[in-house]
Amino acid sequence: MVSMSKIAIGNGHGENSPYFDGWKAYETNPFHPIDRPDGVIQMGLAENQLCFEFIKKWLMEHPEASLCTAEGVNRFKETALFQDYHGMPEFRQAVAKFMGKVRGDRVKFDPDRIVMSGGATGAHEMVAFCLADPGEALLVPTPYYPGFDRDLRWRTGVELVPVICESSHNFQITRTAMEAAYEKAQEANLKVKGLLITNPSNPLGTIMDRETLKSIVKFINEKNIHLIGDEIYAATVFKDPEFVSISEVIQEVECNHDLIHIVYSLSKDMGFPGFRVGIVYSYNDAVVNCARKMSSYGLVSSQTQHLIATMLNDDDFLHNFIMESKEQLFKRHKYFTWSLSQVGIGSLKSNGGLFIWMDLRKLLKEKTFDAEMDLWRVIINEVKLNVSPGSSFHCHEPGWFRVCFANMEDNTMEVALSRIRSFILKNNESIVPRKLCRRSSLKLSLSRSLSRRMDDFMSPAGIMSPHSPLPQSPLVRART
Amino acid sequence: MEFTRKNRQLLSRIATNDRHGENSHYFDGWKAYDSNPFHPIHNPDGVIQMGLAENPLCFDLIEKWIRENPDASICTAEGLDKFKDIAIYQDYHGLREFREAVAKFMGRVGGNRVTFDPNRIVMSGGATGANETAIFCLADPGDAFLVPSPYYAGFTRDLRWRTGVEIVPVHCKSSNNFRITRAALEEAYEKAQRSNINIKGVIITNPSNPLGTVLDKETMRSLVSFVTDKKIHLVSDEIYAATVFSSPRFISVAEVMQDMDCNRDLIHIVYSLSKDMGFPGFRVGIVYSFNDDVTNCARKMSSFGLVSSQTQFLLASMLSDDEFVGNFLRESSKRLAKRHHVFTKGLEEVGISTIKSNAGLFFWMDMRPLLKEQTTKAETELWRVIINKVKLNVSPGSSFLCSEPGWFRVCFANMDDKTVEVALDRIREFVLQGKEENNHEADKSQARAQRWRKQNLRLSFSSSRLYDESLMSPHMISPHSPIPHSPLVRART
Repeated sequence: MVSMSKIAIGNGHGENSPYFDGWKAYETNPFHPIDRPDGVIQMGLAENQLCFEFIKKWLMEHPEASLCTAEGVNRFKETALFQDYHGMPEFRQAVAKFMGKVRGDRVKFDPDRIVMSGGATGAHEMVAFCLADPGEALLVPTPYYPGFDRDLRWRTGVELVPVICESSHNFQITRTAMEAAYEKAQEANLKVKGLLITNPSNPLGTIMDRETLKSIVKFINEKNIHLIGDEIYAATVFKDPEFVSISEVIQEVECNHDLIHIVYSLSKDMGFPGFRVGIVYSYNDAVVNCARKMSSYGLVSSQTQHLIATMLNDDDFLHNFIMESKEQLFKRHKYFTWSLSQVGIGSLKSNGGLFIWMDLRKLLKEKTFDAEMDLWRVIINEVKLNVSPGSSFHCHEPGWFRVCFANMEDNTMEVALSRIRSFILKNNESIVPRKLCRRSSLKLSLSRSLSRRMDDFMSPAGIMSPHSPLPQSPLVRART
Repeated sequence: MEFTRKNRQLLSRIATNDRHGENSHYFDGWKAYDSNPFHPIHNPDGVIQMGLAENPLCFDLIEKWIRENPDASICTAEGLDKFKDIAIYQDYHGLREFREAVAKFMGRVGGNRVTFDPNRIVMSGGATGANETAIFCLADPGDAFLVPSPYYAGFTRDLRWRTGVEIVPVHCKSSNNFRITRAALEEAYEKAQRSNINIKGVIITNPSNPLGTVLDKETMRSLVSFVTDKKIHLVSDEIYAATVFSSPRFISVAEVMQDMDCNRDLIHIVYSLSKDMGFPGFRVGIVYSFNDDVTNCARKMSSFGLVSSQTQFLLASMLSDDEFVGNFLRESSKRLAKRHHVFTKGLEEVGISTIKSNAGLFFWMDMRPLLKEQTTKAETELWRVIINKVKLNVSPGSSFLCSEPGWFRVCFANMDDKTVEVALDRIREFVLQGKEENNHEADKSQARAQRWRKQNLRLSFSSSRLYDESLMSPHMISPHSPIPHSPLVRART
C-alpha cells in the first residue's frame, strides 16, 4: 500500500455527495432529441448557453481577437510568452470595465486589483488560503453551492459553518441567523475568519436587497471578520430589482475596506466556463499581493486573456451583450416558471441566476430529507431529469430543488416541461390548479394552451437556434 | 509596521509568511532588469535579461503552422462552429483530442521508446500548478521531499508554500559534475530520519534546471530503486525534455521503469509546454502518474487550474500534426545547439568554463576563479557587480540552493543573435578587466576608458555585421516593458 496525503485519501473533494449521482445518471444516459429522446435531461448544470449566436457574430466581425487569424497572428509570439502573473493590462482593464458596467456603472473597479485565478473554483480556494488558517472557519448562508465544500475546505483545511436561512423569510439572510451561526462557531471553538455570501444567490436565483447587504457589512465590520462576495451571477439578473453589489454598499456604509473581497468569473455571466476566467478582487492591498502570487497556480491562458480583452474592451459589444443576455434569460425564466405554475408547481420568486428554486414540498411523503431523496430518485430515474436536491445545497428544509433552465435548446426545455407535467398529472393531481381539472381532457387542453401561450413568449424571429434538430411535437409524452 | 501587524491578525499564516519565496534575491536581478531593460536601439546600456528560461527560437515555424491551419482556432471562420462546445467544455478530464495529442508529443519527445496513456494525462495550472498538485496528493504538512541541489528556485514556493511540506536538499558537488549519487540520497534520507523528518519522496528535474544536463540511465535506475526500497515517491519534472540538443539523449523515468523491478505506484511525471514549445503564457501543465489513485485525486484537484479549453483545442490540433511536430523538434534542437555553442565557445575564449551540458535553455557558468573568497557572500557581491556594472541579469547559484559558491545560471535562448553578441562582449570585457586589475595596480581608469572607447567602436562594427534582420521584430520587447528609458538612466548600484 503506497501512502498518499491525508487530503488525497479523504473525502474532501466532495464527489461522494449525492449532488453528483444525478450527474452520473445523466452521463450514462444523456438526452438527445434525435438519438436518445428518452435519455436524462441535464438540468443540474448552471450554464448560460443562450447568447452564443450573439458572441459568434461578434467574433466573425473581429478576427483580431484571435491569435490565430491573419489579423491576430502577429501577436502570437508575445502572447504565448507572456506569463506575468499581473496579467495583461488590457485584460484587466476589460474585466474591470465589464464588472463596472454590470453594476450599472455605479462603481468603478481598479484594474490593478484584478487578480486571476483558475476559474471561480480557484478564486475561492485562493481567498480561503489568504484569509484563514487550517481549522479556522467561514460562515456560509444556506442553501449554498455544493462546490464550496471542496473549494473552500479541501486543501485549505478551513471549516464551513452554515448560516441557516429559512423559507419563512424567503431564505434571506438575517442578522439573527448570522449571530446564531457566529455563536455556534464560538461554542465549537472555531475561530470565524469571515462570511461568504453569493449574490445573486446560487441556488436561489435571488438578489440581496440593499438593507440586507448593509446589515451584512455592519455585521462583519463589528466582528472584524472578512466579507467575501461571490458575484459570479451578477450579469444574469434579468429584471428588476437591480443587482446591488457589495462594492456599492461599502461606499455607503462605514466599514474597514481591508475586510472586503469579491470573487468573480466569466463562466456564468458570459457562458465561458471552459475558458477558466476566475477573478479575485480585494480592497485589501496585502490580499491583492498575496493572491497575485498565488495566481501562479491558476493563471488565465494568455490566449484567452487576449480574446477576452478584445471582446470586453469593445463598448458596443459590452452594452449589447448584457442587454441580449438579460432578454434571453428573462424570456426563458418567464416561460419556464409559468409552465410549471400551470401544474401547480411553484418556485421561489427570483430575478437572476440560471436556475429556479423549485418548491416540491407538497410532493414529499413526509417532511424529511429521506423523503426528499426518494422524490429525487424518482425524478432522476422515472421522469429522467437531472435536477439537484436541496439537501445537496445544505438547505435546512426538505422539498426544494434547483432546476437549471439556461443550458438547453428550446425544444429540450419543452420535453422537460412536458415530462414534468405528465409526472404531476399522473401522480399528484391534488396539486394541479382546479381550473384546469374541470376540462374533459386535461392533457389535450394543456397542450393546446401550451402551444397558444408559447407564441406569447417567443420572438417573431423564431425560437429555433441553428443547432436545434427538427422541433418535437408538443404531444410527445414523458416517461412515467 | 502597524499595517503589517493588523494584517497578521486578519490574514492567514500562509499569507503573511515568506514561503512564497519572492523575498529571495533571485528576484532582485529581475527588478534591476524591469527598471532598466536592454533594447538594442532605445536602451543599449540597459540590463540584458539572462535570468528567464524562455524558448522563443521557433516561433516562425509555429506562426507558419497557425496561418496554414485556421481550423485550430475556435475564432476563425473555419473553426467558429466549435466555439460554443469548446467555451462550455469544463470537464476536468480534458478534451480527449488534447490528451491524446499531449500523450503522443510526450512519447515523441522521449524518442518513442515509451507510449503515454492519454487517460493518465491530468491538467494543471502550468508546471507550477502541477508540482504543487503532486505534493498535495503525496504528502501532509510537515512531511518532506528530497530535492537534489542545485534546483529550480521556484520549488521553494511551488512545493512548500500552501502545502506546508518541506524540502530537504540533497547537495550535489561539482567534483563529480553534480551527479546525484545513491550515497548522497542515502545520507540525506538517514539524516532526515534522525531528525524525525518524514521523507515522502524525491523530486528530480530531468533535464536539469539549472545545470542543463540529462540524467544517465544508471542514475535513473538508481533513483527508481532507491524510492522503491524506501517506499517513497519519485516525481520527475521533465519539462525540459525536448530542449535536449545533442547527445546523450533524454531518458524519461517512464522508459527506465519499463525494464526494472519497481513499484509503479510510486512514479509520477510533471510535464508542461512552457519550455519545450515556448508557450509559458498558455499555462499547460500536466501531471502524469502511474498510480491510479494519484491520477484520480490530481484530476479532481485540476479544477483549481484547468487548461483553458480554447488553448486545449488549439494545442490538440497543433500537436497531433505529426509532420509539424517532427519538424519543430528537429529545428528547435538545432537552433538551441547553435546558440549554446556560440555562447560556450565565446566564454571559453576568455577562460570561463561551464558545466558540459546538452539540454535546457541555460548553461551553468563557473565563476569560482573570480570570487574574492569561496563564500556565498562573495558570490552575492560578484552577482551584484554583474547585475549593476556588467548589466546582465544572471542567476546566482545560491538562489538554486547550490552548496558551492561561484556558479551562475545564464539563459541563452530568450534573446536575438545581436543581443547575444552584446552580452558576450560585456562578459569578455568584464573578465579581461578583472584579469588586468589583478595584474596592474597602476591608474586603471584612464586605461579602461581607452579600452572602452576601442571596445565601443568594435562593438558597433561587429554588431552591424552580426545584426540579423529577421530576428529584430517589434515584439522583442515584452508587452510589459515600460517605455524604454534614455540610455543615460543609471542603473541602481
